[in-house]
Amino acid sequence: MTRIMKTGLASLAVTLGAVAFGGFLANRHRNRDGDDAPDFARRNPNGALAKVGRSVTIRKPRAELFAYWRDFANLAGFMENLEAVETSGGQEGVSVWKIKAPAGQTVDVKTEVANETKDKLIAWRAVEGSDIETRGQVSFEDAPGDRGTRVSLTLAYDPPAGAIGRAAAKLFLREPQVQARHDLKRFKMLMETGEIATSVRTRDETRAAKQENA
Amino acid sequence: MMRALTWHGAKDVRVDTVSDPKIINSRDAIIKITSTAICGSDLHLYDGVIPAVKPGDVLGHEFMGEVVETGPDSTLEKGQRVVVPFTISCGGCFHCKQQQYSACDNSNPVEKQDMSATLYGQPMSALFGYSHLTGGYSGGQAEYVRVPFSDVGPIVVPDHLEDDKVLFLSDILPTGWMGAENADIQPDDTVAVWGCGPVGLFAIQSAIVMGASKVIAIDHYPNRLALAKQLGAETIDFRETDVREALMEMSGGIGVDAVIDAVGMESHGFAIDNMIDVVKQKVGIGADRASALKQAILAVRFGGKVSIPGVYGGMTDKWPLGAMMEKGLQIRGGQTHVQKYTKDLLAKIEDGTLDTTFLISHRLPLEKAAEGYKNFKEQQNEWTKVVLKPGMEN
Repeated sequence: MTRIMKTGLASLAVTLGAVAFGGFLANRHRNRDGDDAPDFARRNPNGALAKVGRSVTIRKPRAELFAYWRDFANLAGFMENLEAVETSGGQEGVSVWKIKAPAGQTVDVKTEVANETKDKLIAWRAVEGSDIETRGQVSFEDAPGDRGTRVSLTLAYDPPAGAIGRAAAKLFLREPQVQARHDLKRFKMLMETGEIATSVRTRDETRAAKQENA
Repeated sequence: MMRALTWHGAKDVRVDTVSDPKIINSRDAIIKITSTAICGSDLHLYDGVIPAVKPGDVLGHEFMGEVVETGPDSTLEKGQRVVVPFTISCGGCFHCKQQQYSACDNSNPVEKQDMSATLYGQPMSALFGYSHLTGGYSGGQAEYVRVPFSDVGPIVVPDHLEDDKVLFLSDILPTGWMGAENADIQPDDTVAVWGCGPVGLFAIQSAIVMGASKVIAIDHYPNRLALAKQLGAETIDFRETDVREALMEMSGGIGVDAVIDAVGMESHGFAIDNMIDVVKQKVGIGADRASALKQAILAVRFGGKVSIPGVYGGMTDKWPLGAMMEKGLQIRGGQTHVQKYTKDLLAKIEDGTLDTTFLISHRLPLEKAAEGYKNFKEQQNEWTKVVLKPGMEN
């Protein structure tokens, strides 16, 4: 898919105003009648929301990873479409997530913590006054032996109404799937190596420089 | 600006002026190249059989030089002479901690991982100068190179060992060594090695150091077979001799204990060249010509060991699956975990156990790199190894 097509679809979806990446169902293993794989790996996920999600194993202790993620200001460092997070409301209050939108725009999402279990789980959701609705959850569990921590990021998506909306959603859904995977892998790189791998040779080719010059 | 060997298409490589590399991440270092070799696997790029190479990409993954700039978290110091492994490895992930450096989770940039993950189930790690499948990092056939994770990869070499003695620690010496190690060589073993290119010759040398009782080298270039003989191997010229019959006789009717395929995906001389494969259309990667490997699997004894240092990228058909299962073979391959071997192999070079300089047939200035590629490809009998020297007079 070309960037222009992606941008076009993104615009359409935002315009429809019903896009919600979303939220994750806390009870992700409910209604399981088959195997033990996470819901997002199923061909027909349970529940009304369409879900995307990914897991990575990071060779660091659970508490360290939890603490880094819980400081939402850190998220913009590895999440591709997140430009900045303002945490002026403090750790417990509402934070404002500035998300990149088509045509150089940003949209503001006021986010609150919906659910939190120390060192295990953080769930967040958009509140009233946000430009778009979004929810997500990250969970941390010990990996076997000295392998570190398994980190799972789940985003769900509430398909917009109508046939056109559903069609747009189906295409648009690919993007958060890829994005979830990429964001998690960047998080892993940052935690395990202290940096995010890039093969560029000069500074003006870096992501940061391109953003500044845009 | 600097000079560098860049890829422009099949059989089209040129020395161009390109931008200088800079420190980007904190563990980076910049190396001024003093010696850089053309690898047999570079010929796969040259032939255009590796996907995801882009015009302008700087090639080269066997190189060494002097540290000229360091990031704040590099452990190198300016002025040190280092040999740089072709595998880029972070040192901190699950695979690196098990010394499986060529399977590093973190060196291939995230956006470059999807293609190899589609091909292989999980993404490849990064290599220098070897397509965007493996990261798209600029290679070392250049005046300068940016080396990521410079605290993990590069090995500092003492001044009394000249470049030609240590350069091959970057790839082909550890690759030959691991090729022999993967064949699990025991003292009484008879080992057959297909391909007497640099990796095959170093695998032969390694197998002998590891105590194999007999090593048999298979090729068709007289000069390369002569080099194998000089290392202590017996030889088979596959143009003259029925290889499988010869190996049965030379192993006393048992079959050889271990086989090493140092040929790889562009195997020639044995079999059909024009395989049609739907994968080619789907992902742009060709069907592998694996005739040497298929022959090796039939030649090895029951319960024998198969090692594959030769490079393959795609799929093949008519695979001797029955022989593999019925004979109970152990098969091991993989890109080389270079960082695992460099220290020990440097010690073996220093004490004289291993000498790699016999391999070098030609030394050229960097400016003549394109000529080096052409001849290395077309005159394999005489051009056994080409070393490019950016500082050499044209």
